[in-house]
Amino acid sequence: MIIFRNFLEVNFAKIYTAFVLCGLIISPSYAQSLEVCSNCAFDNIQEAIEAATPGSTIKVRNGIYRENNLLIEKSLHLVGEELAEIDVENQGYGIVVKSDNVTISGLKISNVGQSYTDDYASIYITRSNHFKVSNNVLKEATFGVLVEKSHYGLIENNTISSTKTEEASAGNGIHLWHSSNVEIRKNEVFNLRDGIYFEFVDDSKVIDNYSHDNLRYGLHFMFSNRDEYHYNTFTENGAGVAVMFSKFISMSHNKFFRNWGTASYGILLKEIYDAKIFQNTLEENTIGIQVEGSTRINYKNNDFIQNGWAIKVRGACYTNNFEANNFLNNSFDISYNSKLNDNKFSGNYWSNYSGYDLDKNGVGDVPYRPVKLFSYVVNETPETIILLRSLFISIIDFSEKVSPVFTPDNLLDEQPLMKRVGHD
Amino acid sequence: MLKILKYSFYDLIRSRWSYVYLIFYAMLGTVLLFLNNDLSKAIITLMNVVTVLIPLIGTIFGIMYYYDSREFTELLLAQPIKRSSIFLGQYLGVAISLSASLLIGLGIPFIIYGIFTSPAIWDFSLLLVVGVFLTFIFTALSFNIGLRNENKIKGFGYAILLWLFMAVIFDGLLLISLVYFDEYPLDKFSLIATTLNPIDLSRILILLKLDISALLGYTGAVFQKFFGTSSGMIISLAVLIVWVVTPMYFIYRKALRKDF
Repeated sequence: MIIFRNFLEVNFAKIYTAFVLCGLIISPSYAQSLEVCSNCAFDNIQEAIEAATPGSTIKVRNGIYRENNLLIEKSLHLVGEELAEIDVENQGYGIVVKSDNVTISGLKISNVGQSYTDDYASIYITRSNHFKVSNNVLKEATFGVLVEKSHYGLIENNTISSTKTEEASAGNGIHLWHSSNVEIRKNEVFNLRDGIYFEFVDDSKVIDNYSHDNLRYGLHFMFSNRDEYHYNTFTENGAGVAVMFSKFISMSHNKFFRNWGTASYGILLKEIYDAKIFQNTLEENTIGIQVEGSTRINYKNNDFIQNGWAIKVRGACYTNNFEANNFLNNSFDISYNSKLNDNKFSGNYWSNYSGYDLDKNGVGDVPYRPVKLFSYVVNETPETIILLRSLFISIIDFSEKVSPVFTPDNLLDEQPLMKRVGHD
Repeated sequence: MLKILKYSFYDLIRSRWSYVYLIFYAMLGTVLLFLNNDLSKAIITLMNVVTVLIPLIGTIFGIMYYYDSREFTELLLAQPIKRSSIFLGQYLGVAISLSASLLIGLGIPFIIYGIFTSPAIWDFSLLLVVGVFLTFIFTALSFNIGLRNENKIKGFGYAILLWLFMAVIFDGLLLISLVYFDEYPLDKFSLIATTLNPIDLSRILILLKLDISALLGYTGAVFQKFFGTSSGMIISLAVLIVWVVTPMYFIYRKALRKDF
């Protein structure tokens, strides 16, 4: 009896395995590999997508495909050959993804439509998790990669650009909205409205991207918490980088260059709490960092080089700690228009510091006053900027330094360093 | 004129002051580089020196040389030489020898430090160009003062006053008027006022290189156009040339008519 039962069980297992194996080979519901080219089985991508089964790979061979609004509603891998290009011909979206586990790589998508009511994007991902967008070239994009309510994705090695000249008609390079756990790596975004835009995006990483010549911000994020930004470069963007209404942000090793203009910042911090800003380089920006209404922010080991204003502190800032930063040859080190509060400047290197160090401990013996009277004058009467670095201004700055009247007398670095902070 | 120029030039080259001046600049450059260990910081400090000290030295040296060589000038006037070439020759002799001291004095330490391989080379050359312009302008102005004042003390007084006015007082007045007339659009006014003072003008030229990021922070179309495009550089240089040519023309005119 026992033997018989065993025999049955073994047999059943065998039969079951055989059945499953058969299913693997013949089942139409399993992964295929489809090709698209002018003389392949499919000569356009839309048909291939419709015919493909979930999990399939669609290889797009070289050629120009005049298609638009390609809707992907199942898990697919869309892989382009080197010269495969989708020309949207200004007809709305490029690719619309509405399914989990979709990969799009190696494609060139150009001429996305422009609209003032719809956010047309080269690649539009909505309510889909585990997506991957890599090695694509998105030219003449309105929005490049637009992600909505999607989680766990990777956007890597893409080049996104446009030639729009007006903010209103342009879109953002990589735009995330209500998403989380997305990683954005090694992309180059330029000539768009905002290079990278986050709104309600949590636990995401932006690493090693190059965002330049955008009309508005190189990086713009709001209401996005616990995000990390490292090793990015932001150059010559209309207004630099704006960081607003977010908590627990970490920014390190980023570079901010030549963001010039009347409202142009290396970094604009507004309503930011508990952030870390470490080891960034801000060079030749009109304003290096502007801080407004931000609390508990640590600035450490940053280099401020030849900025107009290295740091502008507006009102309602508390517990901002500036420590071990290098302030090199900025026109103004710090501009301050409120009380000091409990913000602290300590142990920084100021190239304008003219004190001495008799006990040779590397720390200057007299405190440094980073706020100059002239920066107040310029605040009141902006035209006086034309008198920058004149002898007369040096004289009034000096007299203010000796006995502060207009500048907050407790705003000083008690331990200015004699030598530049070495880091990296 | 060339002969007179050559004579004045060699006369000054042989005098001690040219060397003192040269050594002063060489030491200034060396000390700045040695203390700062940073080319761009040294250039910023030098800029302050250049826009203040060069006009001072140009003025003092010019007026001193004019009064000093008065007897020689009278001797020359007795010769069949054109008056304009006597005075312009002397002026150019002084200005060129001062400029040479500046160029060599500052050039040597910076070249040894390796300015040619540094990106700061353009800032530095601009600094030298501005220095030369200021030397020419202020020497010419002091010659004008000399030609118009027989009394040495008076002449010296005016020369010092001229420098003080251009270097300090002018900026003070400009600042006060800018702050006082705060409510009016002032960008055109401030730019025009700046061109009235060669020291301010050269300061702006250097600012265009060093502080462009701060200058572009001001909201104003005129400023934006002036600072944001190459027009600022071109206009400033053009006005500086006017500033050299005009006093030279006055030397020429005065020299023709002056009674000795």
